[in-house]
Amino acid sequence: MDETELRLDGNAVAGILQEMFVPEVTAARGRCVGCGEVGEMGAQHLYMYPHAPGAVLRCRFCEGVLAVMVRGGGRVRMALHGLVWLEVPQPAAPA
Amino acid sequence: MSIISRGFRGRRDRTEGGRLPPGQYLVRDFPVLSAGPTPRTKLTDWSFSITGEVDEPKTWTWEQFRSLPTETLTRDIHCVTKWSKLDTAWEGVSVDTLLEGVETAAEYVMAFSDGDYTTNLPLEDLTGGRAWVAFAYDGAPLEPQHGGPARLLVPHLYLWKSAKWVRGLRLMNDDEPGFWETYGYHMYGDPWREQRYSGD
Amino acid sequence: MARAAIQRRLTWRVARVAEVVDETPRVRSLALSVPDWPGHRAGQHVDVRLTAEDGYVAERSYSIASAPDDGERLMLTVERIDDGEVSPYLTEELQPGDPVELRGPIGGYFAWTVDDGGPLLLVAGGSGVCPLMAMIRHRAARASMVPARLLYSSRTLDDVIYRDELDRDGGDGSGLEVVHTLTRGHPPGWTGRSRRIDAEMLAELAWPPERRPLAYVCGPTPLVESVASALVALGHDPDRVRTERFGPTGS
Repeated sequence: MDETELRLDGNAVAGILQEMFVPEVTAARGRCVGCGEVGEMGAQHLYMYPHAPGAVLRCRFCEGVLAVMVRGGGRVRMALHGLVWLEVPQPAAPA
Repeated sequence: MSIISRGFRGRRDRTEGGRLPPGQYLVRDFPVLSAGPTPRTKLTDWSFSITGEVDEPKTWTWEQFRSLPTETLTRDIHCVTKWSKLDTAWEGVSVDTLLEGVETAAEYVMAFSDGDYTTNLPLEDLTGGRAWVAFAYDGAPLEPQHGGPARLLVPHLYLWKSAKWVRGLRLMNDDEPGFWETYGYHMYGDPWREQRYSGD
Repeated sequence: MARAAIQRRLTWRVARVAEVVDETPRVRSLALSVPDWPGHRAGQHVDVRLTAEDGYVAERSYSIASAPDDGERLMLTVERIDDGEVSPYLTEELQPGDPVELRGPIGGYFAWTVDDGGPLLLVAGGSGVCPLMAMIRHRAARASMVPARLLYSSRTLDDVIYRDELDRDGGDGSGLEVVHTLTRGHPPGWTGRSRRIDAEMLAELAWPPERRPLAYVCGPTPLVESVASALVALGHDPDRVRTERFGPTGS
């Protein structure tokens, strides 16, 4: 087995992000601190396993760390240090 | 408030006569977890170093490393994601051997690996026959997915401290968090006291 | 109508099993009744949580196989993995009337509605067909004429999920074409393809890049990676090739 078999898509992390009141992010775009490329979050590389130590979202262009999420000990911690910026479509005004 | 799923037990075997730390379950395969792509360092490019707060840093090439005395060992290993595997067989160089002749007043170590993974440990936990740099598992060269060509092996702590693809130990005066420790995992990680997350 | 599920904190809700349907010897569909289901888009998934009496918890994600047009009924299709922790429970133990905790819908990246247009290229490996089936069912429910083509790889004919429904849809003049390929064995007289999906098969069956198809590829990670790379190598726009990898085996 090689590491490609461990990869899931960024949309698998959507559930955890939505738990933190973050708007639908898999369609969001982000710029990588490492290589400067911009990609859709849902297309980035996610390393995790059903009960992983944590979820590591990596840039699909350079494999640099974009974000890390750890759930446990009564809290969820999110690090977004690998993103220069994250952009979501402007939410429509409530009906 | 969760509801109970009638008849659901999960895959847990807790009948190992006290060999399983709290909250763990037994597996018979060897799960692969990783924070990133598997590094593929060629042996000709590989080296292992002792650096940081030491009088003289040391480095071994693969050939030099493999000519050091080795030990075979069988140990139980415990992953923070709750699986444990008993009686795993390894071959490696004791960290005591690597630290022979190293002069230091440092009390902590940051193990560092290919792929920018790090993890911190007290120096004391790497000595006294409790840690190895392992290059073989179950009688065969350690596979890349399990940390080959060589990984740190510190079986008395949770397995995230046994850094895969290890390339060296940086000695430090003060404890500093490594990769998972920065994101909320415990600085020490004793499975018998269930020290999974910081604050446990 | 305002878009369903405006950004809100995902909460767990209790669904009830309404019906179980055995699709193949290893695959069972669960029809769930979910009160106040906010709706979903084809391709999205739910997280399912099981709790044992002693508090032990296991969570897995499953694609929604039913069309969004089905109201408060959700269908999940689960493949039983031999050493799995959750799939044997869902495919063998769970009965109509039992509760199941789930939250969702999740995942806006791998989703399709008829408004997204096409042509629609769907490539599935094994149980990867499930979220694509939601797209096919949605397309049929809306009587859409967006051209659509499903390339579906299975081990044997007995492993083809939704086989009868796909046989019917694929010939009913609605513009859906279904192409099967079997990788581990085929019945005597089989005239279909019998090998893994490769670049040559994709070159034959995908629309030319000038038609700018929207491609959705789902299944085990190695298949998804090789199909996605092959499509891009054939000249398709990487932004129009969407993937959902099920990990090493799915659990």
